[in-house]
Amino acid sequence: MSDAGRMHHDMGGRDAGPVDQGGHSHPEWEKRVDALMMLLSNNKRRLIGVDELRRGIEELGAENYSKMTYYERWVSSITHNLLEKGIISSDELGRKMAEVEDAARAGGEKD
Amino acid sequence: MARFAPGDNVTVRRAFPPGHVRTPYYIRGKTGSIAHVLDSFANPEELAFGRDGLPKRPLYRVRFAQSRVWADYSGPAGDTIDVELYEHWLESEEIT
Repeated sequence: MSDAGRMHHDMGGRDAGPVDQGGHSHPEWEKRVDALMMLLSNNKRRLIGVDELRRGIEELGAENYSKMTYYERWVSSITHNLLEKGIISSDELGRKMAEVEDAARAGGEKD
Repeated sequence: MARFAPGDNVTVRRAFPPGHVRTPYYIRGKTGSIAHVLDSFANPEELAFGRDGLPKRPLYRVRFAQSRVWADYSGPAGDTIDVELYEHWLESEEIT
């Protein structure tokens, strides 16, 4: 079967090997990303819909799509959607990221 | 108003547009029959870009013979797969 026209994320029917049936735990940040999406999409806010989330994931590109974990894809898409809509700005985000990194570094030094 | 009714034979359009589409690649160009008319929903292809997706589009559950979907299908002959598809992806198929 030729795969002409198939997008990298449209994987239905492709050989994927055995399914890992084992359970796995979620680190705290993944739960926070999930909560963030629930809050952004709920009826009170409706800032990002599920189709916008998925579109943003599909637009990450083939390499990122295969490299990133599930919630890394989510948080990247959420970020791009919020930037597109002007809900946050790159400047605001960049400053906050630096602030969080500095705090983590300071916290790490105390240990 | 839904254009198709249960039992109607339909073929999924062979189209490969960019953007966000919810019609799986593997089912494009395949022929099946309407199993259920589900309801009408805002078009996810539009919602994905922050638009309202209106008018709502009828969504169908379409049943396909597995042997017609996969060239090398080796399971029982009666096996089927149901795929939920929006009306604008479906064309009438006359049985010959």
